[in-house]
Amino acid sequence: MKRMFCLLLTLVIASSLFAGCKKDDTVTLNIYNWGDYIDEDVLNTFTEETGIKINYDKFDSNEIMYAKLKSGAQNYDVLFPSDYMIEKLIKEDMLLKIDFNNVPNYRYIEDNFKDLAYDPNNEYSIPYMWGTLGILYNKDFVKEPVDSWDILFDEKYAKNIVMQDSVRDTFAVALKKLKYSLNCIEENKLEEAKQLLINQKPLVSGYVNDQVKDKMVGNEAYLAVVYSGDAIFTKDLNSSLEYVVPKEGSNLWFDGVCIPNTSKHKKEAEMFINFLNRTDIALANVNFIGFSTPHTGVKEQLPNEVINDKAAYPLDEILERCEVFIDLGPEMTKIYNNKWTEIKSE
Amino acid sequence: MVRKSIEKIYMVMIFTFLYAPIVTLIIFSFNKNKSRAKWGGFSLKWYESMLSDPSIAKALYYTLIVALLSAIIATIVGTIAAIGISNMRGFYKKTVMNLTYLPVLNPDIVTGIALMLLFIFINLKLGFTSLLLAHITFNIPYVILCVLPKLKQLNKYTYEAALDLGATKSYALTKVILPEIMPGVITGFLLAFTLSLDDFVISYFTTGNGISNLSITIYTMTKRGVKPEINALSTVMFVTVLILLIIINKRIKTDKEAQPHKRI
Repeated sequence: MKRMFCLLLTLVIASSLFAGCKKDDTVTLNIYNWGDYIDEDVLNTFTEETGIKINYDKFDSNEIMYAKLKSGAQNYDVLFPSDYMIEKLIKEDMLLKIDFNNVPNYRYIEDNFKDLAYDPNNEYSIPYMWGTLGILYNKDFVKEPVDSWDILFDEKYAKNIVMQDSVRDTFAVALKKLKYSLNCIEENKLEEAKQLLINQKPLVSGYVNDQVKDKMVGNEAYLAVVYSGDAIFTKDLNSSLEYVVPKEGSNLWFDGVCIPNTSKHKKEAEMFINFLNRTDIALANVNFIGFSTPHTGVKEQLPNEVINDKAAYPLDEILERCEVFIDLGPEMTKIYNNKWTEIKSE
Repeated sequence: MVRKSIEKIYMVMIFTFLYAPIVTLIIFSFNKNKSRAKWGGFSLKWYESMLSDPSIAKALYYTLIVALLSAIIATIVGTIAAIGISNMRGFYKKTVMNLTYLPVLNPDIVTGIALMLLFIFINLKLGFTSLLLAHITFNIPYVILCVLPKLKQLNKYTYEAALDLGATKSYALTKVILPEIMPGVITGFLLAFTLSLDDFVISYFTTGNGISNLSITIYTMTKRGVKPEINALSTVMFVTVLILLIIINKRIKTDKEAQPHKRI
């Protein structure tokens, strides 16, 4: 009896090891996306309509995604990297060119969001969601109108200002305040920006990344530099918070959809990307995620209060002053990092 | 008297620092509104929506299956290994013990990436199998470390006596040795199960094919901010792990009390 039981147990364990090694003819797409970044019903709809199965894996940062992709761990077919990571993947020849004939729904993408700096000829990626870098402030403590980066340098709010602990984001604030490009490569301008940030340092209560949400929700700070995605999340938790994209312009960020060169099912991947840009599907995802969409068809269907929300969809004249981060090369990155170290060690 | 009260205060402080955040999280998992700062009345709605969320349900299923299987297999392998190690001497024993300690001391990320590269090298598709193998791998040392002390306590003549009385080697092993070390084996199993529930980094690098456990599901949510359902989920996880740890500790305690006084 006991022996039988042991044998059975061994069999069960052994068979569980070989489960999932079966071969079948249906195509399976391997999709690699941020966690919580798609309405998962959409995946089922796709499988129902096309018969293509989906394997859905999740990551929590571009860098970890890159590590796993680089290792060749899985033949991913569809990938959702952020702008700077798309640029890096293109440079390293890790993406396939998308055949836009298979993605007719690309016509819905707003013209502003084509040929962006990270994918200049628009061959490798299609924008999925976008947003901005801006100021999140607490209406209960900041009574004046907030519309400019200048407020972050105002002595009135000393020790109640939170900045990002990230070299490019924080330099972007200073460079934009000085009316320069946030991809500036001129030493003297960078030096000016550095001095500005050093002068601002006594007013700053901390340079943080993720904790910024908790700090603002818990009323621990009045003003913070955040990404619009975080702003949406915090506004849900604390109704006194407001988000604004300063009039001098800011950083514009994108998460795109690409096909990595590990893909064995390019056609099906293009089918999926086209499906994602079908108006009803894109709308479901926008409603689920709550970020800004580059999809004109969806924008027509969104309620007015969403479309007119300056935080999610800033005015065109402000958008014109916004820029995408581009990779400045190793030399320039070193200069930025050195200046950042000088600021932090002041 | 003064010393005693200082000790007490100190202990209360330490426990407060350790558990205040978790207690807050547990309290807010019953909060009616979304906020993590304002109390809006008692409600179980996050627990309901947690249970009805298919991705969380799937992750919970995989977490439990992997934890259970990896703990069972690691317990079997680890126990056999421990019996082997306890019979070694000298240089070999030192070498094997050091090899055993390595995965315990290694940072998770190193273990995770190394295992991932190994799986790719031997052409094993990342997925359930690789995840399970990875969990077994990091669980085995802990089982060995739980079983070894029990083997040390063994009276080494019982086994020989059993053989003298006509038992076969395997019979003596299962009927004499195993019952004696059973407490250590069960403790090892529970510890392995708990560690497997907890692990994020190693799981992250060794999984694929759409299979994710709870910690991966929670970690990857940070892009949009963690949902209140996660408070509910974390509460369930915390309570589970706490109960397991209490059982483990109780076992270790009763083992110590149950030790017969050695008479030489």
